Amino acid sequence: MTTNELIALISIIVAVVVLGGGAALVITRGRRQLPPAPPTREIDQPDGATPISPDPEVPAEPEPAEADHGTVVDTLERPEAPQGRLVRLRARLAKSQGSLGKGLLAVLGRSTLDDAAWEEIEDTLLAADVGVGATDELVANLRTKLRVEGVTDPEVAKAALRAELVRLVDPTLDRSLSSAGADGRPGVVLVVGVNGTGKTTTVGRLARVLVADEKTVVLGAADTFRAAAADQLQTWGERVGVPTVRGPEGGDPASVGFESVQRGIADGADVVLVDTAGRLHTKSGLMDELGKVKRVIEKQAPVTEVLLVIDATTGQNGLTQARVFGEVVDVTGIVLTKLDGTAKGGIVIAVQRELGVPVKFVGLGEGADDLAPFDADEFVDALLS
Amino acid sequence: MFDTLQGRLQSAFKNLRGKGRLSEADIDTVAREIRVALLDADVAVSVVREFIARVKERALGAEVSQSLNPAQQVIKIVNDELIEILGGETRRIRYAKNGPTVIMLAGLQGAGKTTLAGKLGLWLKEQGKSPMLVAADLQRPNAVTQLQVVGERAGVTVFAPEPGNGVGDPVQVATAGLAEARRTLHDVVVVDTAGRLGIDADLMQQAADIRAAVDPDEVLFVIDAMIGQDAVVTAEAFLEGVDFTGVVLTKLDGDARGGAALSVRSITGRPIMFASTGEKLTDFDAFHPDRMAGRILDMGDVLTLIEQAEKAFDAEQAAKDAEKLMGGSFTLDDFLKQMEAISKMGSMTKIMGLLPGMGQYKEQIENFDDREVDKIKAIILSMTPAERENPKIIDGSRRARISKGSGTQVKDVNGLVDRFFDARKMMQQMAKGGGMPGMPGMPGMPGAGKRAGAKQKPQQKKKGKRVSGNPAKRAAAATGAAPAKDGANAFGFPAQGDQPFELPKELKDLM
Repeated sequence: MTTNELIALISIIVAVVVLGGGAALVITRGRRQLPPAPPTREIDQPDGATPISPDPEVPAEPEPAEADHGTVVDTLERPEAPQGRLVRLRARLAKSQGSLGKGLLAVLGRSTLDDAAWEEIEDTLLAADVGVGATDELVANLRTKLRVEGVTDPEVAKAALRAELVRLVDPTLDRSLSSAGADGRPGVVLVVGVNGTGKTTTVGRLARVLVADEKTVVLGAADTFRAAAADQLQTWGERVGVPTVRGPEGGDPASVGFESVQRGIADGADVVLVDTAGRLHTKSGLMDELGKVKRVIEKQAPVTEVLLVIDATTGQNGLTQARVFGEVVDVTGIVLTKLDGTAKGGIVIAVQRELGVPVKFVGLGEGADDLAPFDADEFVDALLS
Repeated sequence: MFDTLQGRLQSAFKNLRGKGRLSEADIDTVAREIRVALLDADVAVSVVREFIARVKERALGAEVSQSLNPAQQVIKIVNDELIEILGGETRRIRYAKNGPTVIMLAGLQGAGKTTLAGKLGLWLKEQGKSPMLVAADLQRPNAVTQLQVVGERAGVTVFAPEPGNGVGDPVQVATAGLAEARRTLHDVVVVDTAGRLGIDADLMQQAADIRAAVDPDEVLFVIDAMIGQDAVVTAEAFLEGVDFTGVVLTKLDGDARGGAALSVRSITGRPIMFASTGEKLTDFDAFHPDRMAGRILDMGDVLTLIEQAEKAFDAEQAAKDAEKLMGGSFTLDDFLKQMEAISKMGSMTKIMGLLPGMGQYKEQIENFDDREVDKIKAIILSMTPAERENPKIIDGSRRARISKGSGTQVKDVNGLVDRFFDARKMMQQMAKGGGMPGMPGMPGMPGAGKRAGAKQKPQQKKKGKRVSGNPAKRAAAATGAAPAKDGANAFGFPAQGDQPFELPKELKDLM
């Protein structure tokens, strides 16, 4: 914003405030007034900040898959391989998403599709947070298709719906985690997002996915703001024998990021995962800080992947989040968390459609290995099952 | 695409001027626009449908008044309806007649319950109560510690007999908390509970048990303003589980439009009582339905702005300045003082967000750097008192001196002085009431968002002297940088011509 614009804005504010405020003061004098804000910044992290004690979300007992792994050191857990996780989690997904698929199919199964029926389809999609734009597109396409082909068979209609949904989710996008670094340097994955979406948990789970893939990992606790966030990450790391680089609480997150990549290079690690503090995308100062974290890390090694963590309950604001984070750190993938509730996470369809950023992982539960690679077909099948 | 409902409606009504009444066809046209606007604000689908039906009914055949054009008329109806659903008036906390008042907090994980407990504690203390916070969130790691820290900052007693992290029985803690409050003569008890999913039967039962054990006077359902369509399902689950009596909306400092507020209110019938708008403990206030309506429709929030100003501004100073403005003797010194007062109100970004119609400048506002203010301050502070009093005397050599003194370019000083004169003229006009002929580009009445962007873009090549290192800011500068030499346009905003600026209604009423 230019200085000139700023002066204009300030004078507008001054005018509004002085004139309106002056008048309001006369009117409302004697009403309760709050005292000036004390210069404190409180801990406002509503989601879990794990202290030294083990995270209760993480099952202490080893996963079934590792039970017969006698050779593995006792203290280290062996995470389940990521392949096929979505299948295992599908039952859960189907439970939470059933209503969407069923509602759509019930409508499509009718003998005639009148305007009211189409409206119902539209409402069902909107109720899943798919968003007005994507819904309009899907409904329009489906409508044309069914009319042109003169479809009356509900089965064919269902297939057409499935095809449209799959197309919206776009299976052709590359959904693999780009964790391979160049020139012998490690791949760097930066995890970002607004407050309370589950970034630290995601980093911990990602570490397990990578360890299961026989990769060596270094964790960087660049969330120096939230109390005990580094402890929480360290707990995740210790379970799978992954070192965590951390800085002083309240320290510069960029320096922690820098040091963790430095450590990753020194150790010859394959991947460095950097956790960052949650920040609302409207706070320009914090967004600048995030930009700095990325720039400083890149002095060591290029960031190969920037994952934006979005809560499945998020509504249309998720699109703005994705856009603003994308502008600052060039988001390359999305992790959709908390999909095990009643939320349907349709916002990712809108985000993908608007910004072309693919969903790469979904978080579906409270367990340590409840992070699954996203698969468009399976996701849609689960929606419709 | 127009950013605001008002803009959309204005375009929908382009050919409607002169009609005495709104016809059914007209209303159908706008119903779609209202629907999209509400859905974009995350209002639940079922609520939208019901809402539209009501608006249609009211709008049909409504007399088109002299003072409002059809778009404004519909907006007014929508706004009134919104306010009505959102609760009409703000409800206060019901305090118990005898014994401590018990307030229980419940909500999803990550909604902000623990933070809210601290804010509520501070607020109650300011109301002359003696609150105590009870740490009954034994589920989430570190929640107890967090509550203790928050309580300490608010200067409120915290009762935390259990360390938490999965140890202890929350029902017992809540009961013990109540007994402790009786013993220590605290008159309000705030019980912080663990976050839970609506479909988690075990945890919902636990919440119900806590409710039964402490028999709260108020059960507050804490919900994130960013939540989407799921708000309805969640609210229903919590209504069934803990039968909450009021709702608190958190994270309103983001740019989510908070349609969830409308959904929750209209589905459960429970009033929204508080809104939490920031990271500081004082960023918390009673909920104002009228302001929320404006926000859902993206119409700005002048009243909040004024209220914040009341806190930061010295009343007498403000009155004096208003007088000066009227008389046209507003000096750079006054400007500096006002600017400082504004910075006291919080970040410029936040304040701008409250101005009506700023939706279209969202991108610029989001990426706005508060340090620009310091630059202006530096320039003014590098002037002599005489120069500040009468900026007209600033000539070439004075300019050079000022720019050297403030570490800026001569053109920055030029810009500031020129713009100050224009701004003063505008403020004077504004002070005298009526429209604002001098500033047609003011974003007061949206509807030009798109055109504004289009006009600005071709200019971006001229800029590029001060390119930000931050890619986001750079982008914002490219799209948002308004050309300084835009002829009659005094404010760096793109000329808009046919849209006369109108003060928001609230403001007009005040003046």
